[in-house]
Amino acid sequence: MDILMPQLGETVTEGKITTWFKSVGDAVKPGDNLFEIETDKVTMEVPATNAGFLTEIMVLAGAVAPVGAVVAVVGEAGGNRSAAAPVAASAPKPAAAPAGRPAVGFIAPVPTAVQKPSGPMDPFFEVRTPARNHGPAQIAGGTYVTPLARRLASESGIDLSRIKGSGPRGRIVAHDIETAAQSGTGRAAMPAGPSAAQVIAMYRDTPYEEVPLDGMRKTIATRLVQAKGTIPHFYLTADIDIDNLLAMREDANASAPKGADGKPAYKLSLNDFVIKAWAAALKRIPDANAVWAEDRILRFQQADIGVAVAIEGGLLTPVIRHADAKSVGAIAADMRDFAERARERKLKPTEYQGGSSAISNLGMYGVREFAAIINPPHATILAVGASRRQAVEKADGSVGFISQMSATVSYDHRVIDGALGAQLLAAFRGFMEQPVTMLV
Amino acid sequence: MAELTYRDAVARGIAQEMERDNDVVFLGEDIGKAGGVFKATVGLYEKFGPLRVRDTPISEQAILGAAMGAAMTGLKPIAEIMFSDFFAVCFDYIANEFPKSRYMTNGQVKCPLVVRTGNGAGSRFGAQHSQSIENWAMMIPGLKVVAPSTPLDVIGLMAAAVRDPDPVIFFEHKSLYATKGEVPDGEIVDTLGTAKIVRPGKDATILALALMVPRALEAAERLKAEHGIDVEVIDLRSLVPLDTQTVLASVARTHRLFTVEENPRLCGWGAELVSIVADEAFYDLDGPPVRITTPHIPLPAADILEDLALPNAERIADRVRRSLEG
Repeated sequence: MDILMPQLGETVTEGKITTWFKSVGDAVKPGDNLFEIETDKVTMEVPATNAGFLTEIMVLAGAVAPVGAVVAVVGEAGGNRSAAAPVAASAPKPAAAPAGRPAVGFIAPVPTAVQKPSGPMDPFFEVRTPARNHGPAQIAGGTYVTPLARRLASESGIDLSRIKGSGPRGRIVAHDIETAAQSGTGRAAMPAGPSAAQVIAMYRDTPYEEVPLDGMRKTIATRLVQAKGTIPHFYLTADIDIDNLLAMREDANASAPKGADGKPAYKLSLNDFVIKAWAAALKRIPDANAVWAEDRILRFQQADIGVAVAIEGGLLTPVIRHADAKSVGAIAADMRDFAERARERKLKPTEYQGGSSAISNLGMYGVREFAAIINPPHATILAVGASRRQAVEKADGSVGFISQMSATVSYDHRVIDGALGAQLLAAFRGFMEQPVTMLV
Repeated sequence: MAELTYRDAVARGIAQEMERDNDVVFLGEDIGKAGGVFKATVGLYEKFGPLRVRDTPISEQAILGAAMGAAMTGLKPIAEIMFSDFFAVCFDYIANEFPKSRYMTNGQVKCPLVVRTGNGAGSRFGAQHSQSIENWAMMIPGLKVVAPSTPLDVIGLMAAAVRDPDPVIFFEHKSLYATKGEVPDGEIVDTLGTAKIVRPGKDATILALALMVPRALEAAERLKAEHGIDVEVIDLRSLVPLDTQTVLASVARTHRLFTVEENPRLCGWGAELVSIVADEAFYDLDGPPVRITTPHIPLPAADILEDLALPNAERIADRVRRSLEG
């Protein structure tokens, strides 16, 4: 058992051991004097209360120990509790514990396993201090931030260093965080990439041509960084059997009336059917025919589909209005017109703004499947791959070939949850696989 | 329903409890035949007689000692200390005897008494007769502390104080005695430890007590009319027990905290409230809590100086506006 420096009066905090009456290894029995202590008030002998052997002396004669400190150990014969050096008389205060020494020896003994009374009343813990810290009151640069603003910022992932405070003396207040959250300006920055100078330095030994950014490239850069950085994207992919669709397209194109110049009145592309099917799917699943407006969602009756058109130096996304109500032929006519004028950069802003969803088709480049970045404020974008011949197991167990394409839809999870997204994709697949249903 | 003064409400509240319970007795200096120096106990002597309404010598220790003896032996005394400043001459009873007897006797000796007293400034009585000492009482474990601001609350909280099994300090504000308010007929019993939102608002929370409640309300109207600032005013009514729920819920809505205290600034009750809010609602605060108090000075007797010392509607409104607008 541990022998402690006893309490020798209410105001006494430490005692000096003047003499040890026993040496390590000596047998002790209750009543035997172990050591003598001296305080500023008294000198007294301290007897043993248990029988055993003095196995360790931790505070040597001449040293001072605080009340409650372990000064010696009485145990079984030969027992050795620790190899720590005893506190020597030269040590001014034993409170400066040698490294590695268990600190518990200098703490007043506390009853172990004290059971706290159960129930709501605990007068010592009646204050419910917030469990989480939301960062310092003053951020780098010296700006102060109110506690509420700090909490709101940490909860909504706003980077305080990007916020300008409107409060007294430039303090950032809750209102500033709310404004920033709405505009998206204060969103935590992506880890910044290397600067222009760094990149140029990196390639100084490699010949290159410098291409200045034009307006379109800048717009694409900002909007897609914003889209990819702020929209919680998720993606669903489906393989679609397009045998029926290809047959229908072939029939339609073969029976197109010819004009005076001998040219057919129309030539429907696979993409025209994709636009029609996607519009029909959005019309079928109206909850998914929606856009994100920061503090609300806007849902539409009509499906206006933006279609990405690659042009020299970038891309444009003209919008086929009322695509759900248009015939495939009308969609084809719109697309031909839009594509021509897009390449000449002659589209009017009203023709490429808005829409409730978009389509990006890279099938003509042989891309099997890909995931597109949502074009805000849209909540979806459909990415279409190339049609291919695919071996599949037929109903009778034999293997045969069908025409198949893969479609991946990107969703904004703020607007559309997984199940709803799956319904939308299933509807699209249904229209594509049974194209006649688009006509009813 | 009747319009009653705060002064008459005191007498009605005491009478209500004395009629209900024969164990309720009332003692103090000049409270009987004279009807109290503030005329707040007129008619009680005539109604309940000299056995239950006792005029005492001018000895605060004798008043509280007799009250404690009566309480320990089964009565429910209401004792008056004319000026709350005089708590200092009988503080042993207030700090050491009343609040400790139940605890130290393991519940064998209870002390169900009420000490009612005239508190606060506004009457130009000077440094020794004008103090707001609710913070003196609040700091003592074992005491309950109430300070009503309206005639209705005087009656309801008096009833709650008399019926409480522990000692309750009942602060009546001297400058409120002449104020009036609607009071319904019949028995009125309130609950200790419940604050009242006396004016809902969304921009800031103002906590007030006693005379500071009407002043905070006046400031609130000015802020609304002149600056479009919509503050919520809470009448704490009871410092112990303290209705922290109402306070914290309000701060969670308004995100700003102001206290309006008549007690001197150091260790005023608002310091405790700010501490609680800082502990429990730190991340609801959208600005530093602000205490509007009497400065830490002996109160002057000169009217113009006393008026300067106490928070008034203009100072409250100005301080709140400056703090909210930066």
